[in-house]
Amino acid sequence: MSAAHDEHAHAAPAHGSGPRVLSVSEKNPKVRTVQVERPPMGIERAFLPAVVKGLAMTAKHFFKNTFRGVVKSNEMQTIEYPDVKPSYPARYRGLHRLMHREDGSVRCVACMMCPTVCPAHCITIHPGERADSNEKYPVVFEIDELRCVVCGLCVEACPCDAIRMDTGVHMHPVQSRGDAVLGKVDLMKLGVQSTAVQGGLDGDWRSQDDADSRSAESAAPAAPR
Amino acid sequence: MWMALLLGSIKWLGLIMGFVMPVASLLTWAERRQSAMMQDRLGPNRANIGNVKLWGILHFVADALKMMFKEDFVPARAHRALFTLAPLLAIIPVFIAFAIIPFGPPVYAHHLLETLDPYKVPVGGGEPLQVITVEFGLLFYFAVASIANYGTTLAGWASYNKWALLGGLRASSQMMSYEVAMGLSILGVFLVTGTLEPGKIVEWQGPNPLHWGVCVQPLSFILFFVAAVAETKRAPFDIPEGEPEIVGYFVEYSGLRFGLFFLAEFIEVAFVGALITTVFFGGYHIPGLYQDGFYFADWYVNLPHIVVVVLQVVAWTLKVVFFCWFQLLIRWTLPRLRPDQLMDLGWKKLLPLSMLNVLGTAAVMTWWR
Repeated sequence: MSAAHDEHAHAAPAHGSGPRVLSVSEKNPKVRTVQVERPPMGIERAFLPAVVKGLAMTAKHFFKNTFRGVVKSNEMQTIEYPDVKPSYPARYRGLHRLMHREDGSVRCVACMMCPTVCPAHCITIHPGERADSNEKYPVVFEIDELRCVVCGLCVEACPCDAIRMDTGVHMHPVQSRGDAVLGKVDLMKLGVQSTAVQGGLDGDWRSQDDADSRSAESAAPAAPR
Repeated sequence: MWMALLLGSIKWLGLIMGFVMPVASLLTWAERRQSAMMQDRLGPNRANIGNVKLWGILHFVADALKMMFKEDFVPARAHRALFTLAPLLAIIPVFIAFAIIPFGPPVYAHHLLETLDPYKVPVGGGEPLQVITVEFGLLFYFAVASIANYGTTLAGWASYNKWALLGGLRASSQMMSYEVAMGLSILGVFLVTGTLEPGKIVEWQGPNPLHWGVCVQPLSFILFFVAAVAETKRAPFDIPEGEPEIVGYFVEYSGLRFGLFFLAEFIEVAFVGALITTVFFGGYHIPGLYQDGFYFADWYVNLPHIVVVVLQVVAWTLKVVFFCWFQLLIRWTLPRLRPDQLMDLGWKKLLPLSMLNVLGTAAVMTWWR
């Protein structure tokens, strides 16, 4: 069914080796236009043998998968979400959560690092003074989850381990856009107490940090995955 | 006279409401499930009423409800009457065409519970399980299918949309070309069986598979099958449906108006299956099952008439369902043809081949009979 078959009669190679060159570019002699060698097709031009082979292949897949309870091999890769969820990697960024101190208040000191670094400008913080210490605290802490690009920069920027994205869940669907702006109370619902120490640590702070977060996670139940 | 009308209506209702509509609706589900099974994935399987899931069969109910509740709009400057008429012209001919399909053997009402004696029952005297039995049977189908072509063209024209118009013209030229090929390719069968009436064609084929149309006229079967799939605009000839690539004729249709085009296509799938089994695969016959029972080489068993009738109707149903399955298999296997390849195939390949088929058949019949 292709008109190119008509040119096959002229496809004798000129030099007896390699494809027949039709033209050579003037600027770069290595760029050539060559005649494509197509294998001679007789009855195959009607594509009927190819059609039959293709139909046999798809029919085989059809019967293998339809009777997949009966036939032992099962090639189906479909995960029936949301009954079955795929396994996420350890550092998968999910919904945000605000971590707590020992007394249950939010760890955030309203330093404004996360709204500054956020590329989507989705974090809104209104700071206020704590009554009992010199630190600030966020009176209003809102994240517009519809704008969030899930980049994790806010987590990297935070010096206080106040915000994490390790919940492993996604933002639930909303009926109107305003419902997607999560406030401090909602974000703290998923959060647990964090015992990360603020301020300086010594040289092996990485191993110290892992030990701390492992003990924090085994102490408090992890967020639902 | 009223008895004939009553029987005709009962057969019509039984065929359409009992077979065609369920099969066409289930085909919308089967299309998605079968394509998924062929592609190593699960298809839609979550539509449910309460806890009853049934492998997602209820998706066809969900589809129907969705189409009914979608916003129904008519483009601002479209011709309203023609816009409404086009889907009707697409779907009504397909229903009407089912009138000539024999879905069972002639039923002799007075001999239902006994084994038929072929020497005692009058030839051609039973009530045929076919809504109309006119002597120009298959020509009726070709006449009615041409009206479906109008639905396509009108849809493109009445949408008041340049690209829909071009798509409509493309689709209707495709349908027209393949109508010619279909008519000529089936002439071979008419020559061999000597009749146009589908009931008699099925009777001519009989329970011997070597007399079935596919063995007597294999080239005609291939040509007719290809032409019928192209006529109904099913893949690989579904350029009019390739909406993401090229604008089709039903861009401006939404809701139930589109639902009618959509349903018409699936009813046509069932109809092509029914026509292929009638003309080429012995209709309702089972190999070895004659009017009074099974007869194999030395072994036979006599069966009451009602059992034979039921077996043959079930056989017809299974054959039609098999051909629907086969058409879905073809759709999800083969790549789409370009419009120029499509026209090339219809006029330059199928038409000469079907004429050669007619000539060859006529020659064989003249010199071997």
